[in-house]
Amino acid sequence: MSIIGWLQISLLFIAVLIVIKPLGLYMARVFSGERNIFSPVLAPVENGLYLAAGVDPKKEQGWLAYTMSMLAFSLAGFASLYAILRLQAYLPMNPQGFAGMPSDLAFNTAVSFVTNTNWQNYGGETTLSHFSQMAGLTVHNFVSAATGIAIALAVTRAFARSNASTLGNFWVDLTRATLYVLLPIAVVMALAMVWTGLPQTFNADLTATTLEGAKQTISLGPVASQEAIKQLGTNGGGFFNVNAAHPFENPTAFSNYLNIFAMLSISAALVYTFGQMVGNRRQGWAFIAVTAILLIAGVAVIYWAEAQGNSILTAFGLDAAQGNMEGKEVRFGQAMTALYAAVTTGLSDGGVNGMHGSLTGLGGLVPMFLMQLGEVLPGGVGSGLYGMVVFAILAVFVAGLMVGRTPELLGKKIESREMKYAMFAVLILPVTILGFTAVSAMLPFAVASVGTAGPHGLSEILYAFTSAAGNNGSAFGGLTGNTPWYNTTLGLAMLLGRFAYAIPVMAIAGSIAVKTRVPASKGTFPTDTPLFVGLLVGIILILGGLQFFPALALGPIVEHFSMLAGQTF
Amino acid sequence: MSSKPVAPSLLDPAILLPAIKGAFVKLDPRQLVRNPVIFVTEVVAAVVTMFFIRDITTGTGSPLFSGQIAAWLWFTVLFATFAEAVAEGRGKAQADSLRRTKSELTARKLVSAEGRETQTIPATSLKVGDIVLVEAGELIPGDGEVVEGVASVNESAITGESAPVIRESGGDRSAVTGGTQVLSDWIKVRIAVAPGNTFVDRMIALIEGAQRQKTPNEIALSILLSGLTLIFLVAVVTLWGLAGYSGTVLSVTVLAALLVTLIPTTIGGLLSAIGIAGMDRLVRFNVIATSGRAVEAAGDVDTLLLDKTGTITFGNRMAADFMPVPGVTEAELADAALLASLADETPEGRSIAALATGEFGRQTPEVSLPATGKGEVVALAVGGGASSVGATRIDAVIPFAAETRLSGVDFGGRRLRKGAVDSILKFTGIRDENVPNEFRRAVDQVARTGGTPLAVADGPRLLGVIHLKDVVKPGIKERFAALRAMGIRTVMVTGDNPVTAAAIASEAGVDDFLAEATPEDKLAYIRREQQGGRLIAMCGDGTNDAPALAQADVGVAMQTGTQAAREAANMVDLDSSPTKLIEIVEIGKQLLMTRGSLTTFSIANDVAKYFAIIPALFITTYPALAALNVMGLASPQSAILSAVIFNALIIVALIPLALKGVKYRPVGAAALLRRNLFVYGLGGILLPFAGIKLVDLAVNALNLV
Repeated sequence: MSIIGWLQISLLFIAVLIVIKPLGLYMARVFSGERNIFSPVLAPVENGLYLAAGVDPKKEQGWLAYTMSMLAFSLAGFASLYAILRLQAYLPMNPQGFAGMPSDLAFNTAVSFVTNTNWQNYGGETTLSHFSQMAGLTVHNFVSAATGIAIALAVTRAFARSNASTLGNFWVDLTRATLYVLLPIAVVMALAMVWTGLPQTFNADLTATTLEGAKQTISLGPVASQEAIKQLGTNGGGFFNVNAAHPFENPTAFSNYLNIFAMLSISAALVYTFGQMVGNRRQGWAFIAVTAILLIAGVAVIYWAEAQGNSILTAFGLDAAQGNMEGKEVRFGQAMTALYAAVTTGLSDGGVNGMHGSLTGLGGLVPMFLMQLGEVLPGGVGSGLYGMVVFAILAVFVAGLMVGRTPELLGKKIESREMKYAMFAVLILPVTILGFTAVSAMLPFAVASVGTAGPHGLSEILYAFTSAAGNNGSAFGGLTGNTPWYNTTLGLAMLLGRFAYAIPVMAIAGSIAVKTRVPASKGTFPTDTPLFVGLLVGIILILGGLQFFPALALGPIVEHFSMLAGQTF
Repeated sequence: MSSKPVAPSLLDPAILLPAIKGAFVKLDPRQLVRNPVIFVTEVVAAVVTMFFIRDITTGTGSPLFSGQIAAWLWFTVLFATFAEAVAEGRGKAQADSLRRTKSELTARKLVSAEGRETQTIPATSLKVGDIVLVEAGELIPGDGEVVEGVASVNESAITGESAPVIRESGGDRSAVTGGTQVLSDWIKVRIAVAPGNTFVDRMIALIEGAQRQKTPNEIALSILLSGLTLIFLVAVVTLWGLAGYSGTVLSVTVLAALLVTLIPTTIGGLLSAIGIAGMDRLVRFNVIATSGRAVEAAGDVDTLLLDKTGTITFGNRMAADFMPVPGVTEAELADAALLASLADETPEGRSIAALATGEFGRQTPEVSLPATGKGEVVALAVGGGASSVGATRIDAVIPFAAETRLSGVDFGGRRLRKGAVDSILKFTGIRDENVPNEFRRAVDQVARTGGTPLAVADGPRLLGVIHLKDVVKPGIKERFAALRAMGIRTVMVTGDNPVTAAAIASEAGVDDFLAEATPEDKLAYIRREQQGGRLIAMCGDGTNDAPALAQADVGVAMQTGTQAAREAANMVDLDSSPTKLIEIVEIGKQLLMTRGSLTTFSIANDVAKYFAIIPALFITTYPALAALNVMGLASPQSAILSAVIFNALIIVALIPLALKGVKYRPVGAAALLRRNLFVYGLGGILLPFAGIKLVDLAVNALNLV
């Protein structure tokens, strides 16, 4: 580790910290339906869309109607995307003349983008036409992110309101999130990315002749526009197969900064929006503090582990000062790779600028663990916020009784109904991740997809299902995921991770909204203090992470200790 | 809470022996299924026992190990059922004595409401609306209302208070309780509650915990615990598959051990004991709650509605000061007031005498009053001067009467009077415009501070003013400050005018007051507060309190109150002490705190158990995992056994805490949280590391594996 490395890391966090408040306040205005700087231009567009869709923006929905709208929208999105992928050979803008996707891969990919996971069992530049990339994937990069934001807003309103039966209108929230938040920022971001050197073209690939006379295909396409929303919407699905490690997706140290900044800022600011809308900004900051503590700890562990390098290799005479550079881009180095790896998994982004499978045991443990915590640091746009709220509900429930009152969060009593749904939600990740991993680990044809022997192979499977269920989308590499088994099971894991989590969360929101908000007193459990931040960190680690400890012990942890013991597999 | 009743000792064999028996009876799975965590433990224990039997009969595996694991899993279940049995046992003795009082009750049912002709029937066949006659020496057969007659009743069977109380028809003292004894006279009682549902029945059911239903928070907590159990079940079952990947075959015994140590058995085992103990604490404070829900709500109360009289102030106004007019000394005024109050037997009159002889140091006059009402003051001399009175013959004594509103005494040509200001002015014959300014000012001053002014006169001469005021009970202000620190507002309810009410409110340190309050005002106030999301507690005794008692989240009726009030309330205070509300809140908070602390502790314990068991499971496949064995446990088998033993023993170790409750301090939520999080959260993480290590040392010293 070096001071420069840490300075680079701190600088990024400071930059994000600066935008949290203004961006958070802006979003609070947007989602409260107040006028904002884009209103003169975008309000007519917005109203035109409502008119065309027959949506009355004034009419609010209860939790069930809101949820059904969300599900219907996602289902329609899945069907259309599946059709595009299957039929791309017959659709326009296919200069490379790619064939349609096979059914299992199309299922996996469609689910992947609708659930904001963006797991890629395909190589973008060698499989997808420009039309599929733009009209298919990029569209979902916007709307799947906006869907997450909409659910988070419903949860926010549940706490902000008292004795309310409605939580807002899904179609309005979806439209506003896309139109006022994602679209303007994406335009700016895409231009900035073009400036850093990302291609943005409809031309076909270039074929170059190298000095040795070999033919080389240089893949091109509308990269910048997809890249911008890939990060802003915490999607992570890259244009190229190697994602942000590719020089056209992430050419410079600055574009790398831009990447990380883009993925963190909206998610973090949305937490502030929560605080603003529930009338307790300190609560927003408390959640942001929890995020920062765990995220920085994650960065530190990866950075430290990578800087230490691999003791087995140094024993062979490799320069220990270089640390572990396997799978890393030299233009980013260990600090920026560590930062990217922690942020992309603390969020549900899933883009990568280095190969996570090449991280050391401990270094690889962290991204996996951050995803298993439920991706709340600060999580995918929206989904991270509502995941954090579920943990806050658990935290006040477990420890809140210790102040001698029945538990309450932001003046709303947490009772058996909320507990039931919260437990259902937190059950989804272990059941999906551990269940699918254990089954895959026992099936010979599933184990055959593994790229590495020993515990690392188990890590590959565990990572894949963790990434899918967490709607992250990053891969550990090594695992051949494009098989009917993995396409199907990973697709199911993504669906469960998204919807089996979001539906109980919406039910919680519905139940919370109708409750009377109890005014705070000195006897109330304080949820916006450093003490609560510490408690919430503990609850996230113990309730969110502990059940994965045995699985991790058999994967990255044993890798780490084996490395120290000089054992290879 | 200095008068806290002492709980029976845990080691009392009268409780311990039946509890051990009860622990085994409760192993019945049909009963245990109500407690999912312990039920799962029992199922797992049964499965491991089967494997033990297999090991022993087939000679495979290691029966010594699986046998010990099975035994300790059974102990885990037994310790949990034992905790519940002990908690229940503590109320049993009280319930038994109550049951005796009602076992052989007979009723003398009146043939007609007017006559006195009765037929004797068993109390159990009484119906609501029957009228029974109860005479001196007989037990009242059921709960009801006195419709005719007056009697003194011994209610010690219920309240433990031996002094008899008066019960009479009409008014607020008409309710009688079945099982209490009429000591004198006779009463006719209309039965208001069907047998089996009477106060004593409810008390017995409550104390024994037979009717105990889970409270809302308990249900929510059970959901959390069941959810955690499911999560760990998934983690353990899938571990078998994950281990298979690396070629490790895990035995059912070790997986069972891992599961049971991870699921929250500590809180799961103690949860119902905590609830029963909370109710029991309430019973020992002589409060009967009709539901556990009310006890829980007590912990959540935001606002206490307290009656001024009897709770905040002593029941009566008392003399606080003498304010003479110019030309009269304090001593003179005090003596005059003292003498004028000789024939005033009201508490106010006595308080005037007490003030004069106490704070003002006047001598107690020696009086002999013959039956005629005339008598002789023998000695009345203090400090000499104008006020000294020698042995004098009393010419007339004017006792206090509600119509005249004054009292006094005539002797030696002096006519001393004290009483309401307008009555005295009338007596002196001074016309309004001639009232001295100083006197008027003194009267105003007293009235402004919420007191009641009394005037003192000697014939036509005004001597001064006595300041009568409601005296706030000592210590009550500190009590309210403590409540405020807990985040609880206190609201004083009084029939006084707003000026008086405000003065007392500020002196007592309440947060708000409701002056000139009618029962409707109370009800409206409660509704308003509840709409704002607050929980309200109040106590009352009259029939007109009943709607407010029913509306309040915690309504405490006095045992001396009417049947209507007792029915409407969700708690009954057998001591009929209005300050009890504060203790009830503290008991409610203590119950919730105990539950939360042990939940936190139980969950925090898991960290250490992972570090004990995970390396033990995989050490043969991956020797490098020995690094995780931070406790340095001797062998894989001893590590697993030690974790299981620790997990079982911690339940027993925490039974006293579960029954006694976590200590409550009125210091505000933030401070409480910091303390409890430190003790039960951090302690819960660290303690098992030491505990498991110690058990491991013992296990190896005894060569158990």
